[in-house]
Amino acid sequence: MARGLHRLPLERPIYEIQDRIAELEAAPVGSAEQEEIRKLRRELVEVQKEIFAGLDPWQTVEVARHPDRPKTSDYLSLVFDEFVELHGDKSFRDDPAMLTGFAKLDQHRVVVVGTQKGKTLEERQACHFGCAHPEGYRKAMGKMRMAAKYGLPVICLIDTPGAYPGLGAEERGQAQVIAESMFMMASLPIPIVCVVIGEGGSGGALGIGVGDRVAVLEHAYYSVISPEGCAGILWKSAEHKAAAATALRMRSADLRELGVVDAVIEEPAGGAHRDPRQMAIRLKTYLLKSLKELTTEQPDDLVAKRYEKFRRMGQFLETAAS
Amino acid sequence: MESPQTPVLGSRATVQAPADVGGLASEGDEQPVTTVRPKRGVPEGLWLKCGGCLDTIFRKEAEAMLNVCPKCGHHWYVSARQRVAQLLDEGTFEEWDAELAPTDPLGFRDRKPYAERLVAEQRRTGLTDAVLTGTGMIRARRVACGVTDSAFIMGSMGSVVGERLTRLVERATHDKLPLIIVSASGGGARMHEGILSLMQMAKVSAALARYSEAGGLFISVLTNPTMGGVAASFASLGDLVFAEPKALIGFAGPRTIKATIRIELPKEFQTSEFLLEHGFIDRIVARKDLKSEIARAIDYCCSGWSKDSASS
Repeated sequence: MARGLHRLPLERPIYEIQDRIAELEAAPVGSAEQEEIRKLRRELVEVQKEIFAGLDPWQTVEVARHPDRPKTSDYLSLVFDEFVELHGDKSFRDDPAMLTGFAKLDQHRVVVVGTQKGKTLEERQACHFGCAHPEGYRKAMGKMRMAAKYGLPVICLIDTPGAYPGLGAEERGQAQVIAESMFMMASLPIPIVCVVIGEGGSGGALGIGVGDRVAVLEHAYYSVISPEGCAGILWKSAEHKAAAATALRMRSADLRELGVVDAVIEEPAGGAHRDPRQMAIRLKTYLLKSLKELTTEQPDDLVAKRYEKFRRMGQFLETAAS
Repeated sequence: MESPQTPVLGSRATVQAPADVGGLASEGDEQPVTTVRPKRGVPEGLWLKCGGCLDTIFRKEAEAMLNVCPKCGHHWYVSARQRVAQLLDEGTFEEWDAELAPTDPLGFRDRKPYAERLVAEQRRTGLTDAVLTGTGMIRARRVACGVTDSAFIMGSMGSVVGERLTRLVERATHDKLPLIIVSASGGGARMHEGILSLMQMAKVSAALARYSEAGGLFISVLTNPTMGGVAASFASLGDLVFAEPKALIGFAGPRTIKATIRIELPKEFQTSEFLLEHGFIDRIVARKDLKSEIARAIDYCCSGWSKDSASS
């Protein structure tokens, strides 16, 4: 992958060290240089850890949106042994922003559903930068229904700024399909594991997010609204996006604390985009562990526990009835 | 039950352009724009300006027509309490879960702390949160009924709205009652409770899935406005979906859409009529007919399901 093409300001110290290492390596290397390179590599790891441990909420959003961050399609090749893409919603159109198909995960045969942002500019435009249309959610529902029919577990990979806001999307029932998808997922008698790998943008994310296990990568976010959208409405200006990102408590540790996700999957030093393979291994480990736990459950128990899981969400006061 | 400041007829819905309604999120600090236009020598609130035809209407006359403009038929804002009074047989409403109250799980603060905003909204609307739930009779048929109020933080759904509705659906499942939810929410999922608000969409939808499997009839009534996370959850999941005329209904707010696609939106975009044309609504029902239409649908769908439980 084209690493280092998109440099976030927060990553500058990392690139400076990397550039120095590259410089030293380019010239003939003596023992003094080798020692220097070793020192720099150790420093690099430390700096990466330090920067990524201290990300503020808005910086987390930047990392979650990093153009080099592994996409659903990357994990499909890195995590799974086989991916057989299945297209189309059998009704209107094949939405490239929603990838669906059969996949093999070690001994498990599964169905994968994931929002796709695209890697090249052309792909990104075709995928509307990861914003699915109603036909995308219909496609996801169709494949999940099929998975249930044949007893295949479902893996949902979530990476979307949100469901697409547009004329056609409204005409074809964006609100309706997201509601239907949650409604359907609530009672599918098969294991469902959902992982937010980048952006968990609002209803567009939750539309494929009702699972028995819901995890989030360390530097991903999951939110009711984008920080820009929230700032625009409540602060009357998108410039307050950093304040909104903080107020919304949308980061992995917040989500865990609020009881919305079951697990936070730790990212390699410097973020998933620095080491997609290592990230894929950790994601795979989580998926296998979850499937091992879930595939022994009776379908009825799965559905009942999934209900209870979401039933508990929310915080309110309850005084004794007067 | 109305506080003195409660806007009686006009509302943001009738006066503001639809473009002022947000998408998935809500704006709570603006008071609904009241259409009350004081005239010289006339007590305030006696006359109102209709947001549809812009004519000046005698308030009593409009009230007698359930807050519908007698001249042009424009459907004005009604509060949740007024809606309950309009829809249910007199004196039959018994409120459920009134003791649930909102809290501030995130310690959320924008230009104003959420905790303060809640108190101000409660004082202004006389409600504890944006939904009323309970049971009552519709032309002598017992139902479980929920009504959201678009005046309380834009009728947005936070934990209390999600919890009250979920309990309502669970109780309707248990008691085998037809379920009616009247939506009025420009706000969708409430930003101030963050991700917990989003999860209410899944929670209520899951409860509705169980209710549906048990054979229950859910009639969802969409009123002006029904947007964002409310439209994208329970409001769209009715076995029957009714809408009042010319209500604004949709997923993303018109402003967001305009900013994304940069083209002029069609005139009727995201109205009840637009949704009917595109196949997402069963019937557009005028407010005066809502009660009888619901009663009739109940008679078609669940004469067998709920009878044996009428006494419980």
